[in-house]
Amino acid sequence: MAQIIETNPGGFDRVDVDVVTIDIIENALRNARYEMDAVLFRTAMSPGIREQHDEFPIIADREGRMVVGQFGSFIGGFLDTYEGTVEDGDVFLMSDPYSCDAAISHANDWLVLIPVYLEGSLVGWGAMFGHMTDVGGKVPGSLPTDATSIFEEGVVIPPLKLYRQGELAEEALELILRQVRMKEWNRSDLNAIVAACRMAGRRIVELCERFGPETYLSTLDALLERNRKAMAQLISETISTEKLTFTDYICDDGRGFGPYKIHCTMWREGERVILDFDGTDPQAEGSINFYLNENMFRMFFGIYMIMVFDPQILWNDGFYPLIDVRIPQGTLLKPRYPAALSCRTHGLGRIFDILGGLLGQRQPEFLNAAGFSSSPHLMYSGYDKRGEWFQLYQIGIGGIPGRPFGDGPDGHSLWPSFTNVPNEFLEAYFPLRIEHYETVPDSGGPGLHRGGNGIEMVYRFLEPGEVSIHDDRWLTYPWGVNGGLPGGRSTKILERVDGTRQVLPSKCDHVQVAEGDALHYITWGGGGWGDPLERDPALVAAEVDRGLVTVEGARRYGVVLTDDPAGQQAPTVDEMATAELRAQMADDRGDTEIFNFGGSIDGLRDRCEDETGLSAPEPPVFARSAEQ
Amino acid sequence: MTYRLGVDVGGTFTDLLLIDDDTGTTFRAKTPSTPDDPSQGVLAGLEKVTADLDIGPDDLGHVMHGTTVATNAVLEGKGATVGLLVTRGYRQVLHIARSFVPGGLAGWIIWNKPAPLAALEHTVEVDGRIDARGTEITPLDEASVRDALGRLEQRRVEALTISFVNSFADPGHERRAADISRELLGDIPISLSSEILPEIREYERTLTTVANAYVQPRVSHYIGNLSKELTNRGVTAELHILRSDGGLMSTDAATSAPVNMLLSGPAGGVAGALWIARQAGYDNLLTLDMGGTSTDVALVEDGRPRIGRETEVGVLRVRASSIDVRTVGAGGGSVAHVPELTGALRVGPESAGADPGPAAYGRGGEQPTVTDANVVLGYLPPSLLGGEMALDVDAATTAVTTIADAMVVDVKRAAAGIVDIVNENMFGALRLVSVQQGYDPRDFALVAFGGAGPLHANALGRLMGSWPVIIPPSPGVLCAYGDATTRLRNEAARTFIRRFSETSDDQVAGILRELEAEASHAVAADGDRADDDGTTTRFQVDVRYHGQGFELPVEVDLDGLALEQVGAEFDTEHEQLFTFALDAEHEIVNLRAVVLSSESTVQAERIDGGGDDPSAAATGTTSVYVDDRDVDATLYDRAALQAGNRIAGPAIVTEMDSTTLILPGHTGEVDQFGNILIRPDDGAGADHVGAPTMEA
Repeated sequence: MAQIIETNPGGFDRVDVDVVTIDIIENALRNARYEMDAVLFRTAMSPGIREQHDEFPIIADREGRMVVGQFGSFIGGFLDTYEGTVEDGDVFLMSDPYSCDAAISHANDWLVLIPVYLEGSLVGWGAMFGHMTDVGGKVPGSLPTDATSIFEEGVVIPPLKLYRQGELAEEALELILRQVRMKEWNRSDLNAIVAACRMAGRRIVELCERFGPETYLSTLDALLERNRKAMAQLISETISTEKLTFTDYICDDGRGFGPYKIHCTMWREGERVILDFDGTDPQAEGSINFYLNENMFRMFFGIYMIMVFDPQILWNDGFYPLIDVRIPQGTLLKPRYPAALSCRTHGLGRIFDILGGLLGQRQPEFLNAAGFSSSPHLMYSGYDKRGEWFQLYQIGIGGIPGRPFGDGPDGHSLWPSFTNVPNEFLEAYFPLRIEHYETVPDSGGPGLHRGGNGIEMVYRFLEPGEVSIHDDRWLTYPWGVNGGLPGGRSTKILERVDGTRQVLPSKCDHVQVAEGDALHYITWGGGGWGDPLERDPALVAAEVDRGLVTVEGARRYGVVLTDDPAGQQAPTVDEMATAELRAQMADDRGDTEIFNFGGSIDGLRDRCEDETGLSAPEPPVFARSAEQ
Repeated sequence: MTYRLGVDVGGTFTDLLLIDDDTGTTFRAKTPSTPDDPSQGVLAGLEKVTADLDIGPDDLGHVMHGTTVATNAVLEGKGATVGLLVTRGYRQVLHIARSFVPGGLAGWIIWNKPAPLAALEHTVEVDGRIDARGTEITPLDEASVRDALGRLEQRRVEALTISFVNSFADPGHERRAADISRELLGDIPISLSSEILPEIREYERTLTTVANAYVQPRVSHYIGNLSKELTNRGVTAELHILRSDGGLMSTDAATSAPVNMLLSGPAGGVAGALWIARQAGYDNLLTLDMGGTSTDVALVEDGRPRIGRETEVGVLRVRASSIDVRTVGAGGGSVAHVPELTGALRVGPESAGADPGPAAYGRGGEQPTVTDANVVLGYLPPSLLGGEMALDVDAATTAVTTIADAMVVDVKRAAAGIVDIVNENMFGALRLVSVQQGYDPRDFALVAFGGAGPLHANALGRLMGSWPVIIPPSPGVLCAYGDATTRLRNEAARTFIRRFSETSDDQVAGILRELEAEASHAVAADGDRADDDGTTTRFQVDVRYHGQGFELPVEVDLDGLALEQVGAEFDTEHEQLFTFALDAEHEIVNLRAVVLSSESTVQAERIDGGGDDPSAAATGTTSVYVDDRDVDATLYDRAALQAGNRIAGPAIVTEMDSTTLILPGHTGEVDQFGNILIRPDDGAGADHVGAPTMEA
């Protein structure tokens, strides 16, 4: 339990605040949170943070409850477990998931917390974490697929006072930076994160000065309460007392085993929702474990719930007491120390598909297909001709699922504020060329609302080096819903300079590439929503014209086109043939189910080698883990 | 005797402002706008104003025009059908965009992607490749260009964009493809990305160039027509168009790069505010232009508007210089509502628009708007709107009552809440351009204009601590002032990515000189303005720390240019903006020269002087609700006010196109140009800006 030091511990009385003042402070906090992003993007150096925005800011109240932000509060976990003091001028840095209750879930995420004081009294927190391109360890990028413990995953920082009452802990910082490959990026990104948190601190103090700390802090209570009330109403209207379950998978662990099962059961008791992960596989021996913080999952759940009803609402922790999250110890989602954690991105992503699948079973307005539920990584590193070290860490992007709201956009990100990296930028700073950057036709699942296409990106390497890949959904499908078909799966093909082609595993390290080799990095599409046989044939034809669907692919919608082989004219619909084909397909198909997973796990395994060019993973064997 | 004519085409009215170059005397004309062909409204206004004054067309020395014709093409989706030639492998550059989905976590659930400005079916790939340093990897395959153009010809595209990967480093392939296009497609307008935006980042460069092509046919049609009609009427002065960055450009420049005039309208407002405020002795300003559906704000430091590198219109964001104007969906027509789920009070961004408009307009609108709240609070007196439009107080009260009921408060409290919230939204925008850029708003005066600005300005001055609040005369036609008083501006830029150690002072100075020559060529070719006795050039180096993704412009002097000094200034600016500087190597990204013609010397018109006492202009009293109570406010007729008058709040000053509210505890002073300068009576902030330097 952390000890909070206040030179002026008078405390603040709670006062009544009128609704307008509450709204004004709410807006001010929302602006402050975007200011944090702006400061970070402008000043960070690694492309992962600077261009792709792999970062998560929050502003919290005195107790550490998130008032604005998007990934839920990670401060409570820290305050509960930290044995030390919190003082004015302190800046905390940490990256060890095991010593902050999984506030962050792997060592690449560096979390900065700044307590904010007004004249000797604690009035709030600014905090942010960002993904470092490298934190040392056995492989560039620090996400070793073959790690079996966190000791192999680079430098791990337990909660550390980076600044102690305003004094920088220079020696500790240098010790940390000595462990990493891209020291200047880490230093600059860390500076940028600290600056963003300080910006939040400045805004909190300004609000306290403008309205008085009593009014400010009472407003935060009111905002949290407002959120709790809204969520209580939503829960009672939309969640049944009847138990619903949903299961999804991580395809493999990169070590030859898989798929790994994540299973969740949801039901309501009174005004509370229970989300129970009993039935999830035990922790993996490798590094795909996703140590899930319960509060983070509460936040994910809440955001999905309310997005449809009042998207202007400010996200905060107020509704947490309404949600009971149960994660059994020793599972994939709560592994025991010192299990490896680095490659947790697939588990993190898959959690969103599971949420969608659970909420959608009773509520068609919530039911989205499976989407781009991961953030696949590519690492490419080596020494260039001048003897300078280069190291790229890039997040791939795929298709958004088909939704009740409409088609899933092609090649867009499900992650908040994430963007791609301009290819000209990559070519200017790394020894490579991007020869192809387009979405893959037909990879979006057919549906009344089509799933978004995945992307095919072709990297031509201009220097010898080493590549790592972290991807998923190469074996299981991004499922479709309400009659929609699954989206296309991911694949990676290495085309050697001599023309030979090799399918690379979805997760791999230490792949040696030579000058002139090309990597086809193909991500997966989103699942389809609704019956593809009901999609407007003219729209299907237009999408063929746009190169998003092929003439062959159009037949999966039951649409027959008269093709102009030269491609100069827009294709037109053969109405007669289309009506005939649709009738026949509807007949052959029979009734559709809510979910279309593209077949059973056993079936996928049987067809794996033929369809993917890779041998099927073995069923997981679970190792012993430490008792606690 | 010569006159300069400023012309601003707004959504409802076309404003013309004629200024006598010698005396500064102004003459105004207002004619209804003619959206189908805006030049008709302009010409009607011209006839009216010249007839009124009995002057001939050749008495006009300058005709300067701010126009939203490009803006509207974008907002209404009525631009050209654009064909796009791209490098093989990049057909979906606009479709994939930056892969960004707005709205935070789960925002994708409710977001539908807007269609690209150049449709995918009109985007065709060609072979040929240049690398990031400008080296040719594969020659341009001319046969593939001809094929692609054949397809586009079949599709009847109306404008063509050519945007190849890395063309910022070498424009050769784009230029050759343009030659072939002219040969095959005749006189179709062509926009090259290497000319419109020779900067790194393929999506932003392509989008900006396509936006140029998209508005080009409509803009050139409009400008061509207008020029021709002006000439037909005997006007000999050349027509100039206001750019988004507040400078003027020739009609040739406007028709070849119309992407530079997307924010021509708001730029006119800022330029007008700057001109009038400088006359009054203030050149550190925040400008607030509040209209019916939105509010534009900008910051002016030392008489210079802050120029941003991006222009945003609706959902379109392109890389083109513009005055850093931020727009919020907060205006007189913004609708208030209380979502059942949260019970929060929200105002905007939905607007009641011009039709039916606020409930108070009596045209069938029932939704409670900001204007209705102002009516309920007594800020907009029903009988005193120049007599042009009577306001329906009962309808406004009924509409605001729906909010009061949902909040369980009385109707005036609800109305005050609506006004507070909309003020807070504008406050947020003002902070974006000030506090968030490292400026202390207490160092700035606040100039408010637009139909609704003067009603909310005093309250915003109080929130920002920005004094005085300046309400210029005729706040509704300030844009036309800006058009009439600004100067020619042109810029040339080049991406030149080098760490400081990879280049030299001399090399940088050499390129900047070349850019100056390029930019002044256009200004000289443009400008045969009589008062041009020379141009000035500003040089900018965009700098970042090596490894960063964003750069900051640093102004440099070519005499004795030293990169070391540039680096030091960058460090200072970085620290001011972001709280820290780094011990990392500096890197140049872009070099830029901005050439300006000499400044206008037009003086503002003075009004008659009088004493402290404004009572001669008083027309009565009315009850207003301020700070939770009803108080009596004095009503004044602005036209009757004299220089030196001091108006104690609470007071309401009315004129034809605007109403000014002075709050209790504040006093408005009328200066010699007819501006009302509002300051708090307790002296807070009175001297913060420093004593104004009054011009002789």
